[in-house]
Amino acid sequence: MHPVDLIALLPLLILAATSIVVMLTIALHRSHRLASLLTLIGLICAFASLWVARTLTPTEASPLLEVDSYAVFFLGLVIAATFVVVILAYDYLEKQPVNREEFYVLLLVASLGAGVLIVSAHFVSFFLGLELLSVALYALNAYVFTRALPVEAGIKYLVLAAGSAAFLLLGMALVYARVGTMEFSQIGGLVSGGGHLLKDPLMLAGLALIVTGVGFKLAVVPFHMWTPDVYEGAPAPVTAYVATVSKGAMFALLVRFFYVTGASSLGPVFLVFSVIAIASMLVGNLLALLQSNVKRILAYSSIAHLGYLLVAFLAAGRWAVEAVAFYLVAYFITTLGAFGVVTVLSNGERDADSLADYQGLFWRRPALAGIFALMLFSLAGIPLTAGFVGKFLLVRAGASSALWNLVVILVVTSVIGLFYYLRVIVALFASPETAAPSPAPSPAVSASGASTLVVLSALLVWLGVDPAFMLQVIERAISSLKLL
Amino acid sequence: MTFLHEHILSIVLFTPLVGMVPLLLIPAENKNALRWCGNVVMFLGFLVSLPLVFWFSSAPATEGLFKFVEKTPWIPSIGASYHLGIDGISLLLIMLTTVLGFLAVLSSWSAIQNRVKEYYVVFLLLQVGMLGVFMSLDLFLFYVFWEVMLVPMYFIIGVWGGPRKLYAAIKFFLYTLAGSVLMLLGILTLYFRYHTDTGQYTFNYVRLMEHASAWPLDLQLWVFAAFAIAFAIKVPMFPFHTWLPDAHVEAPTAGSVLLAGVLLKMGTYGFIRFSLPLLPRASADPRVVRVMVTLSIIAIIYGALVSMMQRDMKKLIAYSSVSHLGFCTLGIFALDPQGLSGSVIQQINHGISTGALFLIVGLIYERRHTREIRELGGLSNVMPVYATLFMIVMLSSIGLPLLNGFIGEFTILQGAFEANWHWAAWAVVGIVLGAAYMLWLYQRTMFGPCDNPKNQILKDLNWREIMTLVPLVLWAFWIGLYPKPFFKVLQQPVEAIVTEVHPNFYRPAKAALSKPPSSQAPHAARPGRLLGVQGRPRP
Repeated sequence: MHPVDLIALLPLLILAATSIVVMLTIALHRSHRLASLLTLIGLICAFASLWVARTLTPTEASPLLEVDSYAVFFLGLVIAATFVVVILAYDYLEKQPVNREEFYVLLLVASLGAGVLIVSAHFVSFFLGLELLSVALYALNAYVFTRALPVEAGIKYLVLAAGSAAFLLLGMALVYARVGTMEFSQIGGLVSGGGHLLKDPLMLAGLALIVTGVGFKLAVVPFHMWTPDVYEGAPAPVTAYVATVSKGAMFALLVRFFYVTGASSLGPVFLVFSVIAIASMLVGNLLALLQSNVKRILAYSSIAHLGYLLVAFLAAGRWAVEAVAFYLVAYFITTLGAFGVVTVLSNGERDADSLADYQGLFWRRPALAGIFALMLFSLAGIPLTAGFVGKFLLVRAGASSALWNLVVILVVTSVIGLFYYLRVIVALFASPETAAPSPAPSPAVSASGASTLVVLSALLVWLGVDPAFMLQVIERAISSLKLL
Repeated sequence: MTFLHEHILSIVLFTPLVGMVPLLLIPAENKNALRWCGNVVMFLGFLVSLPLVFWFSSAPATEGLFKFVEKTPWIPSIGASYHLGIDGISLLLIMLTTVLGFLAVLSSWSAIQNRVKEYYVVFLLLQVGMLGVFMSLDLFLFYVFWEVMLVPMYFIIGVWGGPRKLYAAIKFFLYTLAGSVLMLLGILTLYFRYHTDTGQYTFNYVRLMEHASAWPLDLQLWVFAAFAIAFAIKVPMFPFHTWLPDAHVEAPTAGSVLLAGVLLKMGTYGFIRFSLPLLPRASADPRVVRVMVTLSIIAIIYGALVSMMQRDMKKLIAYSSVSHLGFCTLGIFALDPQGLSGSVIQQINHGISTGALFLIVGLIYERRHTREIRELGGLSNVMPVYATLFMIVMLSSIGLPLLNGFIGEFTILQGAFEANWHWAAWAVVGIVLGAAYMLWLYQRTMFGPCDNPKNQILKDLNWREIMTLVPLVLWAFWIGLYPKPFFKVLQQPVEAIVTEVHPNFYRPAKAALSKPPSSQAPHAARPGRLLGVQGRPRP
């Protein structure tokens, strides 16, 4: 390993160092403000170091890690999302009767794991990143252990994530047994070189198990069972984190792994992903109709959104990657914004997650209701929001590869999806006389929380009105990806 | 001056948006300042649209028939651009939008007491969306405006509406959105097919039109279906009309005015602007024409019959819209110059008359808090000014000569007759029924003894309320007495569309001797000739 490689890995190193610094600071002096401040500074440094790392791309920092502009882009996304979660979590934790400081250590470790996933070019780093992320999330999900629901969510996540990791590991082992290498690019070379691999049962079984492990993290049908419960149970900022960083990093890896190895073009793999995509779009949107809990609605909606993303993933090609990257950006902003509203409305006793809490919010908190409505419109894909441009790019990617069946299902389920978003929006704007008799929790919103939400909304509209800049950035970033 | 000339459409489009800035700065408690601000902005929006009228005839047509064209790249990587331009058809609809938008806002001065600030903000947004739809020459931009307009309308119905507002708002939103995503698929088909054939990605309407019009019939039929469902829902054509009565009844007055006056026209505008020129083969396909005409005629008669049975004034007028819009779609699918220009004129007429009727219902609702016809009666005794204005508007809606409705309906019938006289015969039934339900409504509410004590104390209109109706009445007389300028701006675009759909339509005219009967058709589109035959319908 060359010293220059360390510079390329600077963002990850800074994340790791920050977590250690925060941990040591807690040991010396327990202060919530200090811990969160250090975390924010660390994240800013890590983000700034992306520019340094970018000058060196593409580098293979080792056979395990490949820092290219694609990775830098997603690292930026993950770090920015973590930054937002930290700000939102600060006020939220202030209201909770638990030790607050360790939250940031766990969050940094989780982001480090996500970062490793993004840069990984090898099964070992893949698994390492995944475990870093998962282990931190077990604790984060159950962080507010004084309440029953977070503990339940934590245990549920622990059991299922551990199980899926076992599947993944076995899958890697099977693929390794067949091809004799764990490097993505070498696997890709063997797959494209020898047609016989496509029909090899060992290889296919291995890939199927890998899909299972990845599918669990992405929460796509049929690996989605944990999602509503964990979303509902986990503290709101953690839910935001699970919904964005954990899924986004995994999707970045999915794209890299399957495109670099060329496995996504294998007939059976393509078929499996098509079925998963269709099932996710249908199940996510249809089950969301039946929910009356905002967090659960968002959980099912995120299942559907990952299904939409898979349509572009299947389309393959440069457009598809562009669509996936843009959609993930839009999805990050929107999801953080939506859970941000849930977070600022929550108090020490429970999260503001029942639909009744939002009944007539517009008449009490017009700004919050407006932001929430904006986020929901973006999720629904209404124009002038980032969600619309994202969805358009997905449809375009799908249509350009003539995946008309998938595109039509995407479009139809989007309309179904609109219905439950509208249900929430209807509740937001319901007349005050029909509002819930017991006033829902509506604590004061801090300046930092409010400004974060405003910035997210502004970004959302900016990307919706003028996406040209972001598309340019993405185009440059994905140019490094070696597409087969 | 040249700057204004070149960017006049953007100025018209964004005046309401810029007007939101002062509105947002005024504190929410200061309701009167908000009202003044909202009204002034909308009036300004109308004023800046006036130059369009004065400059229109002298402006050069730079892209096809389109004038005042503006074009800048917007999202280069997908080929979408900010591309505006208007022809005569859009000009009329834009003027209708700015006039009705201002009057609708003016009418809500005292009707809206809650969340005044937000009310004006969403109206300004709605105005931007509506104007954008009529100006866009880029299909992506068009789609954005088309969809984005749903959101303010959803809020207008959902927040300031009547008792069942939530149901109505969701129904409106879902219906329209379901249609428009189908349209998106249609647009994408155009987009990709264009790329396959030329290697370029574009949403440019003019370029797509040149290209798509030569497509094979099968492909055109599919795209036509995708577009037609979206537009048919918006119009609304039978059997997609069920959202309309709910939305109208629950919307506040100003919302109903714009819904009927402008939003519905987007469907018919879509047919004229996109379906016909982009997909001429499919549009002229006998099967398609048969379906569209049959649905139009069903809408005309069914709408009229259902109107007759209504007890709620607003619902009655809502169903009458179904009937009137049936005339508009009938005119479009007659596919001849009279039918098309009559259809556009009738769209304007419907905006004027039905817009005014909704204002009239709103005025009485604000006073009596009911729209039940049997609760009213004999109002002409206590509200003479109101009754007079109502009468003029009602007569214009029926289609009495000298008023606007007559011109539109007559031209459409003429066009339908040229195409197939059976169609005209069926449509005439609708006119008779229309006269029946309107006169009956007027009789039940305005005449007779005024014996309900609640009605005896009603005040007549104040100057502001009169001012909301007078411009529409004047406009109705203008079209009724001197429609020539309206037909004149329509002539060119209509001829272009007819040539697109029936390439040989105008050819017999040149060889008039060989085929004398059909040689009348092209000339009849010209205003002079058209008015010449007005009093003497052909047997």
